[in-house]
Amino acid sequence: MSTTAPAPLTAADFGSDQDVRWCPGCGDYSILAQMKKVMPQLGISRENIVFVSGSGCSSRFPYYMNTYGMHSIHGRAPAIATGLKSVRPDLQVWVITGDGDGLSIGGNHFLHCIRRNVDLRVIMFNNRIYGLTKGQYSPTSPLGKVTKSTPFGAIDNPLNPLSVAIGCEATFVARSIDVNIKHLGEVLKRAAEHKGTAFVEIYQNCNIFNDGAWDYATDKATKADTVIELENGKPLIFGKNKDKGIRLNGTEPEIVELGKGITADDLLFHNEKSPEPTLAYLLSRMRHPEFPEPIGVFRDVDAPKYDVELNRQIESARAKKGEGDLNALFNSGETWTVA
Amino acid sequence: MSTTIAPEAPATHKEVQHIPSATVRFAGDSGDGMQLTGEQFTRTSALLGNDVSTFPDFPAEIRAPRGTLAGVSGFQVHFSSTDIYTPGDALDALVVMNPAALKTNLTDLRKGGVLIANIDNFEKKDNEMAGYEANPLDSEVLEHTYQLFKVPMTKIVREALKDTGMGVKEIDRCKNFFALGLVYWLYGRDMEPTARFLQEKFATKPEIVDANMKALKAGWNYGETTDAFASSYQIDKAKLPPGKYKNIMGNVALAYGLMTAAKLSGKELFLGSYPITPASDILHELSKFKNYGVRTFQAEDEIAAICSAIGAAYGGHMAITTSSGPGIALKGEAIGLALMLELPLLVINIQRGGPSTGLPTKTEQADLFQAICGRNGESPVPVIACRSPADCFDVAQEAWRIASRFMTPVMLLSDGYIANGSEPWLIPDVNKLPKIEIKHPGPIENGDKFLPYKRDELLARPWALPGTKGLMHRIGGLEKQDITGNVNYEPANHQHMVNTRAKKVENVALEIPLQEVEGPASGELLVLSWGGTFGACKTAVGACLNQGLSVAHCHLRWLNPYPRNLEKILRSYKKVLIPELNMGQLRTFIRAKYLIDAQGLNKVQGKPFAVQEVVNAIRQQLGLGSNGQPAREGTGAALAALAAAGESAG
Repeated sequence: MSTTAPAPLTAADFGSDQDVRWCPGCGDYSILAQMKKVMPQLGISRENIVFVSGSGCSSRFPYYMNTYGMHSIHGRAPAIATGLKSVRPDLQVWVITGDGDGLSIGGNHFLHCIRRNVDLRVIMFNNRIYGLTKGQYSPTSPLGKVTKSTPFGAIDNPLNPLSVAIGCEATFVARSIDVNIKHLGEVLKRAAEHKGTAFVEIYQNCNIFNDGAWDYATDKATKADTVIELENGKPLIFGKNKDKGIRLNGTEPEIVELGKGITADDLLFHNEKSPEPTLAYLLSRMRHPEFPEPIGVFRDVDAPKYDVELNRQIESARAKKGEGDLNALFNSGETWTVA
Repeated sequence: MSTTIAPEAPATHKEVQHIPSATVRFAGDSGDGMQLTGEQFTRTSALLGNDVSTFPDFPAEIRAPRGTLAGVSGFQVHFSSTDIYTPGDALDALVVMNPAALKTNLTDLRKGGVLIANIDNFEKKDNEMAGYEANPLDSEVLEHTYQLFKVPMTKIVREALKDTGMGVKEIDRCKNFFALGLVYWLYGRDMEPTARFLQEKFATKPEIVDANMKALKAGWNYGETTDAFASSYQIDKAKLPPGKYKNIMGNVALAYGLMTAAKLSGKELFLGSYPITPASDILHELSKFKNYGVRTFQAEDEIAAICSAIGAAYGGHMAITTSSGPGIALKGEAIGLALMLELPLLVINIQRGGPSTGLPTKTEQADLFQAICGRNGESPVPVIACRSPADCFDVAQEAWRIASRFMTPVMLLSDGYIANGSEPWLIPDVNKLPKIEIKHPGPIENGDKFLPYKRDELLARPWALPGTKGLMHRIGGLEKQDITGNVNYEPANHQHMVNTRAKKVENVALEIPLQEVEGPASGELLVLSWGGTFGACKTAVGACLNQGLSVAHCHLRWLNPYPRNLEKILRSYKKVLIPELNMGQLRTFIRAKYLIDAQGLNKVQGKPFAVQEVVNAIRQQLGLGSNGQPAREGTGAALAALAAAGESAG
């Protein structure tokens, strides 16, 4: 018998035998590639990982991973994953969702999954459009957006996914961009390592129905001024020449230029461990074009996790009362005997 | 016959009449404690060795305005020295705590029955609140039609408790125990079980125990000492099969059955649920049993409830979701997912009056169409129904046996009448119940491909658990190729998969018992029933058989698929009568499937069938006249006269 250790898994080991059927040029390809690259770094066997999705383009994701997986029904993946994780805390469970699946039809489950802090990774591919149903506006489409279902422009105010998650006191909140592959890989790895609900919004380009929705954040010429990379404990500095920063003016952020008496020490310092969600929320409100949009980890704190507490209650009941005995239960209380 | 405790009735010095059975209803304001009173009477009667069957009936509002008709809450107990299967048709005794209770319940009291009224609550404003222009208790018709006892309960209880130091409000809360004590006297019941209940429930509040016991005894003494009551009644112990019994409610029996099914299959139980009447008690009950490995999850909505259960089923647990009709409607898409994934799951519907919000606290069996057809696409699921409170225990195990054997969601139907009703339950020895065998495929180490939709001889697919090496696979709601489970949209494949899923559910018939019939194996009329109408139909057919009529009773447990011999049974009788608390749902299926001209007895009034209603329908089918009148009609003249008296007096 050979005693050599099995070769470490590679990204390819995490790919299934199914043909990937997203449109050529879709941002989902990049996310899939990063996920497969991150997986071997986690030290978790393939059989102990489950991807659960709802419905929509992003929700085909589980079919392409050589792990356990379920492609379920529209919006319900967080609920399914909650049940799975509640009974199988040994598994690492990922939820793959989109802006329509997660914030529209599945909005309720999204809120409650986050407030319970179930130990799940919830990855939202945000392309600001309904792709699979061929181009209707989504809950993240901007006001005025002209789509098949809004020929005169969208008139409902969009949701900001991070603000919603932070409003529910999510314990891990991050944002990345499909084409920013190094950053995306790091963010996915951080999400994987978090205990509790880890929510990641990924700016993902739908090149068919909403091409260029995130150009401002991905265009090489502008991204240094439109995106700000968050680093824990560091001041918020951005710009091609790293000469601009974010300063707090009362409770409002403002853009300032460094120099002329303003130093990095005057700027807002990021603290992803802040126990209150206030700072993370403030950062989530910084939107293009008024502000550079932060990417990276907004919040990473520890809090009780639903699945852990549920299983703790089971264990403590067993420790206190012993393993349940049905015969004893049935024969307890008032009974009578017929001879 | 022996009892574990010795609940002998206190000795009465008055005449005692022995009767085979009686039906009593306590009715009052929803704040009057009528449910507790009825439950106490039931427990005591069960402990005394009677067979019991109960029917609680309460409003949907937690506290409807005091004294109104809408706020009346009632609890009916049928207790007997022989086997009984229903809470009784007509009442032998009715206790009314106010005029509203009198007005809404009097129709059910038989002529000559005992009517006990708390006259202290029949003041002018109370009567007006119930729509009486004068005091209905002053009616001579009432006095002549029934044995009317006007009891100043409030006054007596205030007097009896005046030295307790309690306020009038607290004292008045004890008057239901006075009523209970009086009915205990009337039927020779022991007060000891109730004393024990009070001591347990109010262990830290001895003054409450003391006050209620005083009220209870005052009620008993009132019966014993006043001249009003000349005699009391005695109902002997029932001859039930030997064994140890406890009185059990339907929802509790269902919870116990589910826990037992989990144990027998070596699984832990997961319940995903969202509160809804009348199913919530299952969630409450199961939430208690953490040390049995029962995980309960109160989800954010009905959809999350079933989806969490689907997740738990995928993880390898015995997964269930509980709800009522409106919630089941919301779960429809997810039930379809579960049947497409082919995962075992119990979907439990405690039916109530519909459609929409309907009659939340009233019973109906109108969700059969929904259970069998209520999903998009060709989506068959096995459907099973409980017939009585204690039967829920067995049905839960049967449902899980089939769900796990066939890898399918199973719809389990109960109803509000079964859920809240109670009856004696012969306590089983769990170690002697048949095991439920479940197999999971083991790891694949040699790199062979796992085939998640490769089926066994009954067409069930393997239940592969995440965490098992080499079995990584993806399942989903999209149509899939058989054997591999890969997404597949080919026309012939879809036809094949639809056929296969249908055939799999048909195969359930190979694993369920043959249908049995009570009565002659052929003849003029078969009464075919399902669910909670079992008791009324069984009792009615029994009565007709005693009269020499050619009738038999067939009660279905499985509604999809039907037992293999059902068609043969149906064709052995000239006529088929299907009584249902809906407008003819089983009848529609039976007529469509077998082309048999089945006739219906249908009622949707939020109430179970009276036995007499079924008897009359049987006689009508046989071309005979009815031989009895429901209580309602029997007292119709008296009621009309009462209403007229009220008007003229006003």
